[in-house]
Amino acid sequence: MSEGPIDPSEQTTLLGVAPRRGALNKFPLWQYVLIALVVGIGAIYAAPNLFQPDPAVQVRSLDSDQAITQGTLARVEAALKKDNIQILDSALDEDSLIVRVASDEAQLRAQATIASALNARDVNYVVALSQASNTPQWLQDMGGKPMSLGLDLFGGAHFLLQVNMQEYLKGVMSNSAEGMRDKLIQERIRFSPGKDWVKGQVIRIPFRDEESRAAAKDALVDFPDFLVQDREVAGSPVLQFTITEDKIRGLEDRAISQNLTSLRKRVDELGVSEPQVQRLGRSRIVVDLPGIQDSARAKEILNKFANLEFRLEALPNARKSQIETYPYQGREQEIMRRNIVTGNNVQDAQQSFDPDTSQPQVSIELDNEGGRKMNAVTKDNVGRAMAILFIEQKPRVRKVMVDGEEVEEFYSVEDKRLISVANIQSALGFNFRITGLDLREAQDLALLLRAGALAAPMYIVEERTVGAQLGDENIRRGWQSVAIGFALVLVFMLFFYRGFGVAANVALTVNLTLLVAIMSVLGATLTLPGIAGIVLTVGMAVDANVLIFSRIKEELVTNPPQQAIQAGFDRALLTITDANVTTFFVAIILLSIGSGPVRGFAVTLAVGIVTSMFTAILVTRALVNLMYGGRKLESLKI
Amino acid sequence: MIGSKFDFMGRRGIATVISGVLLIVSVGSLAISGLNLGLDFTGGSLVEVGLGKEVEPEEVRQYLTGKGFNNGTVQTFGSNTELLIRMPPQPSDTTDEAEIAASQAQLGDNIFQTLSAQYPGMVLRQSNYVGPAVGDELANDGGLALLTALIVVMFYILMRFTKQFSVGAVVALAHDVIIVLGCFSLFQWTFDLTVLAALLAVIGYSLNDTIVVSDRIRENFRKIRKSASVDIINTSLNQTLGRTLVTSMTTLFVLLALLLAGGEVIRGFASALSIGVVIGTYSSIYVAANVLLMMNISREDLLVPEPEQDSNEDGSYP
Repeated sequence: MSEGPIDPSEQTTLLGVAPRRGALNKFPLWQYVLIALVVGIGAIYAAPNLFQPDPAVQVRSLDSDQAITQGTLARVEAALKKDNIQILDSALDEDSLIVRVASDEAQLRAQATIASALNARDVNYVVALSQASNTPQWLQDMGGKPMSLGLDLFGGAHFLLQVNMQEYLKGVMSNSAEGMRDKLIQERIRFSPGKDWVKGQVIRIPFRDEESRAAAKDALVDFPDFLVQDREVAGSPVLQFTITEDKIRGLEDRAISQNLTSLRKRVDELGVSEPQVQRLGRSRIVVDLPGIQDSARAKEILNKFANLEFRLEALPNARKSQIETYPYQGREQEIMRRNIVTGNNVQDAQQSFDPDTSQPQVSIELDNEGGRKMNAVTKDNVGRAMAILFIEQKPRVRKVMVDGEEVEEFYSVEDKRLISVANIQSALGFNFRITGLDLREAQDLALLLRAGALAAPMYIVEERTVGAQLGDENIRRGWQSVAIGFALVLVFMLFFYRGFGVAANVALTVNLTLLVAIMSVLGATLTLPGIAGIVLTVGMAVDANVLIFSRIKEELVTNPPQQAIQAGFDRALLTITDANVTTFFVAIILLSIGSGPVRGFAVTLAVGIVTSMFTAILVTRALVNLMYGGRKLESLKI
Repeated sequence: MIGSKFDFMGRRGIATVISGVLLIVSVGSLAISGLNLGLDFTGGSLVEVGLGKEVEPEEVRQYLTGKGFNNGTVQTFGSNTELLIRMPPQPSDTTDEAEIAASQAQLGDNIFQTLSAQYPGMVLRQSNYVGPAVGDELANDGGLALLTALIVVMFYILMRFTKQFSVGAVVALAHDVIIVLGCFSLFQWTFDLTVLAALLAVIGYSLNDTIVVSDRIRENFRKIRKSASVDIINTSLNQTLGRTLVTSMTTLFVLLALLLAGGEVIRGFASALSIGVVIGTYSSIYVAANVLLMMNISREDLLVPEPEQDSNEDGSYP
């Protein structure tokens, strides 16, 4: 800030208008209009918050073939009527149906009723608890929307998931090594035996001679993620593949985005109206599920890693290294190590029941590549058995010592289980059914196959669940504190400053309105600490007014009233700016470093500082000018 | 409050003693018993349940211990029908080892299910789990935020005022933060993320106060030529006293509203701020001004950058 020499005649106010002598404490008309305009616009955008939304149930289709139609609506209405649940209103648009009901209790019942009516056989629809806006259409058309409520006010669950990149990288490395081994065998290039090629981020393949190595180098050009080097280890030639840091980053990005996709699909089926799934930092994912009732189930679905592998039964002449053995129905079953297809090739999966046995089953539809592979393999192996391996990854925690400190390490255990071994009757195509699972397993498997596998295992590092009851209570208490605090301040100011108190109180009301308007327009989420921030803003916002008024009081000792008002406003301005700028810094620091509740508070604090400066400096000034400006004042009570 | 003529600086010896005692008690308590860190920083699981009827926390604790949930604490939360259960990570469990080890995040659900069996009709009010790594991160970020705030403030005031004011403000802020922390340590109130936010708000508030006072001191140093520093500071403090008290009062009003109506979740936040506002008001009068005198502030210090502004006709803003 420059504070060079100032000619008093060039003295400026905040809006750059030079007040002329003789016209003390009067704004030009346009300035009043501008202030009124800002206040008016603020009132309009704050208004949507006055309209309480109705509890509602939202129905969306999971299957693009199965659109939501009038027929769906009729089925929903019939089911609700049968269960005596009154519908306030229903709205049908392109891809969703919203049914308004009278109470939260009716909402829960309606959700259950609709879900059982629509998803009686297959799970085709998402039936989610939702809120139907009551904001008038004209307000909505202007972009007016209420503040969204945070999980602590709305109820719901928040999860922070850590993606286990080391585990993922390990998988990538061993897959690549496996692929290289296959390629070398296929090309009949001889390599030295030796099991463990993978060491951290390096794959080392030993060879008998230089020629094989050179041939291998040509054969393995299809692994572009690696840096290839010739090495000598213990006198024999070795081909060394190192994965580069760049590639690791790329792999991480790919893994995270696949995880995000899969998570979004999973979360979509949980019956939440506005789920949020976002990446946070390098290897974390945030999942917010507002309004979810059963967070334990959500957690199970989020964290589940289940997949299928289809493999052929081992023939008696198979080499030991090519087979694996699993227990199946009380005997040891030998199956081939190599997959025909995996769950990654699944296009669609639905849980249903076998019409003959009433046992749960999963109907699977493969994608193009999967169907072709399946057909090619089964065509040549009619009469041989095919095994289906069910793979589940379960997160585990163990304590390890790092630098003399006990820390917890997350790892996952792969649980593999044969769920079926059956003879191939004829060549298989794209569609088939799997049995041999219990109902819950069949449902989960269908969901997880539909959603796609997680590329990398994850574990929950933070969870916050707030029940609907506490949420409602938090909202009530929050607004109560705002109301009480606001009222106390209004009464105090009126009592203490009389006429000027009225101006300050109007300014404070405008301040609160603008604060709510800006928060709404920014799309900020209101949390309980956010409400605390609003309350605190109410208390602190009067400070600017108080500074001005006490300055005016002082100036009255030496100046006539009009000059005192003018001087009071002008001189208090610098102080107000200095004090607010520093507090604003603090709010910004809170916002950039803090997390969760701290951020909610910081947002309201920062916005509150801006609005309270505007209202104290301009709105109060305008009011005081209107009340006192241009009049002959003998004395001034303040 | 015009015309009040308290000899603030004449009593600065007493104030120094009071501040000194408060600081020693605070630091002592922090060193001996430390802070009662909440779940946000320690990690672990927390479950709040509504039982619909009064149940002795001890009974619930013993029931949980009997079911293999060890080292938990159970306390009433808000009303007697609501209980808050805090549970550290369970090392290993004899009854159902695989299940518990499967995921620590599952602990809250397990507690809730175990209790549901015993107390039918119970509702889950909230359930939080914070992994140890996240707890450490939150604690580090929090400390970093506090330090950054202090440093930024110091630089801003250095830029706008002089080094004496800058040191004075930061000493006052540190004074306030340490005493609020001391209260939380002494009474063993739970220190969680919202309290940390409150602490930063205290910095903001106390700073606001300190700057208003400093601003007036600077103005008076330029305006009043022939007075001792002590007198100028005294005059300035008296001139701003009215404003200081009114603002503290309105802020305490709203904090009272938060304490009364805000509920248990916001109590720590409101307590921290209430103490902070009282201490902050005191420190802006005594601590910051005291530091100015200790550092021998004089008129010359304030004239160097803007010699033309004696009459203080400064109403210009870029």
